[in-house]
Amino acid sequence: MTAKIAYDEVEVGTELPAQSFPVTRATLVRYAGASGDFNPIHWNEKFAVEVGLPDVIAHGMFTMAEAARVVTDWVGDPGAVVEYGVRFTRPVVVPNDDTGALIEVSAKVAAKLEENRVRVDLTATSAGQKVLGMARAVVRLA
Amino acid sequence: MALDQSFVGRSYPPTAPYEVGREKIREFAEAIGDANPVYLDAEAAKALGHPEVIAPPTFVFAITFRAAEQVIGDPQLGLDYNRVVHGDQRFAYTRPVRAGDRLAVTSTIEKIKSMAGNDILDIRGEVHDEAGEHVVTAWIKLVARAADEEA
Repeated sequence: MTAKIAYDEVEVGTELPAQSFPVTRATLVRYAGASGDFNPIHWNEKFAVEVGLPDVIAHGMFTMAEAARVVTDWVGDPGAVVEYGVRFTRPVVVPNDDTGALIEVSAKVAAKLEENRVRVDLTATSAGQKVLGMARAVVRLA
Repeated sequence: MALDQSFVGRSYPPTAPYEVGREKIREFAEAIGDANPVYLDAEAAKALGHPEVIAPPTFVFAITFRAAEQVIGDPQLGLDYNRVVHGDQRFAYTRPVRAGDRLAVTSTIEKIKSMAGNDILDIRGEVHDEAGEHVVTAWIKLVARAADEEA
């Protein structure tokens, strides 16, 4: 484990570089294959509408994976992540066009803990609405 | 119908080991668009002190969810999976998952709650490697929406 960020260099409120992650239907098909989650709400519009969704939605775990990248890109070594949790509050709706949807993720250091660990709080939005709640990671810094 | 509280604390037998492959990690990293070399290149992983390529933090979900399906599909529990949505997900890592790991998952029902007709089920999956060492624990919260919502 080799974090590239030093504990002494961060303070409560330190912002991590924000990132945006585009997601199209093709992204979801690919994620379905890689993750083994073939729930049709993530690729079949007819099925999604039948179960009361506005359209095909992204896998919650896809959004969780993208949000994690803001933390892992910052810290350098993903092995420095000690804890990571989210609540799925709203779906990321992915229309069937070339643009798809955009997941925008920002994060900041919310607490400095013992043993060089920090708690990072994340915010993830799509179409202007929060899609994750209680999104937090604990990371061990250098 | 509310789920039977007597299932709280019930553990299911460990799953057969899942062998983590380098190419499966690569496929997953590409699917989330993450080109971090620590997922793709054993030398880059070694430079950070890992013996092998490691997996992105959420990679293990596929393994723990498969294990949780033992619980979800337990006919005695009687959860209606057609009404289930993924509420929360959390992981606590002792170390990152890496290529070559053979991982077994032991699932335990941690909590059952009934709120406004919704059933809320918390399942903990303890993931151990072949040596029996703890790798990661995954908590999944599933919410089964009240049946009459669809009427």
